[in-house]
Amino acid sequence: MAKRVAIVGTGQTFHKSHRPDVNGQELINEAVQRALADADLTMKDIDAILIGNMDHFEGINYVDCWSVDGCGGVMKPVIKITTGGTTGASLAIGGYHMVGSGMFEKVLIIGWEKNSESDTTGAITTAFDPIWDRQVFAGAISGLAAEAQAYMARFGASDRDGARVSVRDRKHAMNNPHAQLRKEVSLEDVLASPMLADPIHLLDVCPRSDGACAVIMASEDSAEKICPVPDWIWGTSAHNTYSYLGDGDWGRLTSMEQCAKEVFKKAGIKEPRKELDVIEMYQPYSFAGLIWIEDMGIVGHGEAPQFVWDGNTDMGGELPVNPSGGVIACNPIGATGLIRCAEAAMQVMGKAEGRQVPDVKFAVSTGFGGCMWTNMLLHGKRKPN
Amino acid sequence: MDRTAIIGVGMTTIEAEKRRETFADMTWEAVNKALSDAGMTIADIDNVVTTSSDFWDGRTISLMAVGDVSGAAEKNVSCVEGDGTYGAFYANARALSGSYKTTLVTGHSKGSQCVSSLITNAAFDPIYERVLGMDMITASAMQANAYMNRTGVKPEDAALVSVKNHGNALKNPMAQLPMNITVDDVMASEMIADPLRKLDCSPVSDGCCAVIIAHESVATKFKQKPIWIRGLAFCTDSFFFGDRDLARSKALTEAAKKAYAMAGIKDPRKEIDLVELYDAFSYQELLWLEEMGLADYGKAAARLKAGEFNLDGALPVNPSGGLLSGHPVIAAGLYRIAEIVLQLRGDAGAHQVKKAKTGLAHGVNGLCGQSHCVWILDKEK
Repeated sequence: MAKRVAIVGTGQTFHKSHRPDVNGQELINEAVQRALADADLTMKDIDAILIGNMDHFEGINYVDCWSVDGCGGVMKPVIKITTGGTTGASLAIGGYHMVGSGMFEKVLIIGWEKNSESDTTGAITTAFDPIWDRQVFAGAISGLAAEAQAYMARFGASDRDGARVSVRDRKHAMNNPHAQLRKEVSLEDVLASPMLADPIHLLDVCPRSDGACAVIMASEDSAEKICPVPDWIWGTSAHNTYSYLGDGDWGRLTSMEQCAKEVFKKAGIKEPRKELDVIEMYQPYSFAGLIWIEDMGIVGHGEAPQFVWDGNTDMGGELPVNPSGGVIACNPIGATGLIRCAEAAMQVMGKAEGRQVPDVKFAVSTGFGGCMWTNMLLHGKRKPN
Repeated sequence: MDRTAIIGVGMTTIEAEKRRETFADMTWEAVNKALSDAGMTIADIDNVVTTSSDFWDGRTISLMAVGDVSGAAEKNVSCVEGDGTYGAFYANARALSGSYKTTLVTGHSKGSQCVSSLITNAAFDPIYERVLGMDMITASAMQANAYMNRTGVKPEDAALVSVKNHGNALKNPMAQLPMNITVDDVMASEMIADPLRKLDCSPVSDGCCAVIIAHESVATKFKQKPIWIRGLAFCTDSFFFGDRDLARSKALTEAAKKAYAMAGIKDPRKEIDLVELYDAFSYQELLWLEEMGLADYGKAAARLKAGEFNLDGALPVNPSGGLLSGHPVIAAGLYRIAEIVLQLRGDAGAHQVKKAKTGLAHGVNGLCGQSHCVWILDKEK
């Protein structure tokens, strides 16, 4: 019989642009120690470890094997899951299946990245087909700019609409001591910041960060003993659309739509706008805060700008998005998706401190990466049926 | 716990260089062979786990190169980086968690496009070890020396593994290096890193393998007789060589012990009929067999000499020819699983072993077997 699965502890580093004071293993260990402390467990309690990052950022092969001194994996099962930007969310989904399978009672899930050691754009560009796509694909920003342009052309949005999302997330980050960038900005600041790839300005987009995140999952047999209010995983979904740039429906994120339909159906959620209490979205740039909540089914196509302008996604609004400040405030890529998962779990568990949304019953966390791919987890306070 | 089974397998031939084929081409072939073997179409598959490595592929997000041809665009999908046995382990967990019924697992590699020494050098610690110039071959030579020093096994004893496995490959049309050789040939081959000679080392290879894992509720719905997964486990040892006893592999002992326990196997030497293991170098077949409890420590060589591990011996080991006869890194462990499945079904053709009810498949991650994954498969549920 499959087991129900819950998150019982989370830990994060204080993410920064550069952590010369620690090596990768030490960075990982900071997050692991905090997660163990949060769950009041020790390494002896952990039955398996899932770890991930993006290889070419640090240039370390077989990270699952190299990392054992930092992650605590000596003489334990350690497995690596790597799917690009979605890595952190893929790891969380992996943890869900490993515990749900009944083979492991408690697993430790670790996402990390030391981006300061990398040529990020150089590495990302090699993801694309060397013959057909690589020559025209200059890293992540150009692809996102293409998406934003398509959305603006299709639905009449403006760069001010995008900037409004950035103003929101950067304001939210003020409440999160783990965020790398904690500085409030105005609409004018965003629009006056350097243009990187039209329509994306510097302040529309995420930084690159050094950081790690660890999450502990346990089965229904022990979750409630470890933690008074565990964060139950209600459903997971991972959709990768086709891998060639020409196959995308630009201006829409079809993978988000597929994930949302699948996860909400599993949990019986019919009106996500009303039934969800908070969203932690892997939103690497501002326009995604418009486009992707439409594809998630929160509002109709073209309706997101007004929804955001009306303050509905701000703290205190109808459906707060990214109380942590999200990816625009920090982005240790292999950890980023798992940070969303951890932040959503903290919201459900009531541990989100200064960024807590009141009375969270359902939360969604997502991962984004690859070639416009989405991963999604639905988190709930109530134990699933 | 629910039960799971393998209901289809597909392999490409293993070759030194598949110059005409991309990662996607190889994967397309293996996936279609597995579907056809199972009597399924891609519509019958409800999720996909690819196994690939950004390092060995020279591509970031290496999953992107093979996702489309695995049918992943419309399904749930993930990617394990490491040996194929680990990808298959995750696929099995996805079935046991009650989430999916039919999982397609793929593993591919094109060693022909790689500079193996640089890629495996990158597995060493970047600050303390990499500058020493170590790679997989020199590290394994250290392990071979440690093992031989501890046990008294001679290079000539290990060479017999190469003779046996290349000989078995003569009967396996998928193998890259079928060869009729002698111990003298191995000992006369070029010294690569003392005590490892060229014929002690597995070759550089291209290949792809695909396996379909089904939940018991659908395992008998398709064409093929299911091969049941009885036990599986993996375990990782310390990273730094100074923290490990290189002449031993306690992570393998632990993984095997757990897999046997899950399978309800009390005496593996009596209950396991054949083994496909990760013989990247000749001495490893002996060491791995011993650490899995299938031979006493230091005594496997004598049993090999007595013919016990031959195709017609008491415990056939690597009837396919093993990694020494073709080593597509990442895919290699998945080939081991697929070979055991063919043997247990009685479909292994010329390299079919006589008694094949319970088989063991084995995969390795990291340097000198830092991490091991052990699978026990069975003809009967």
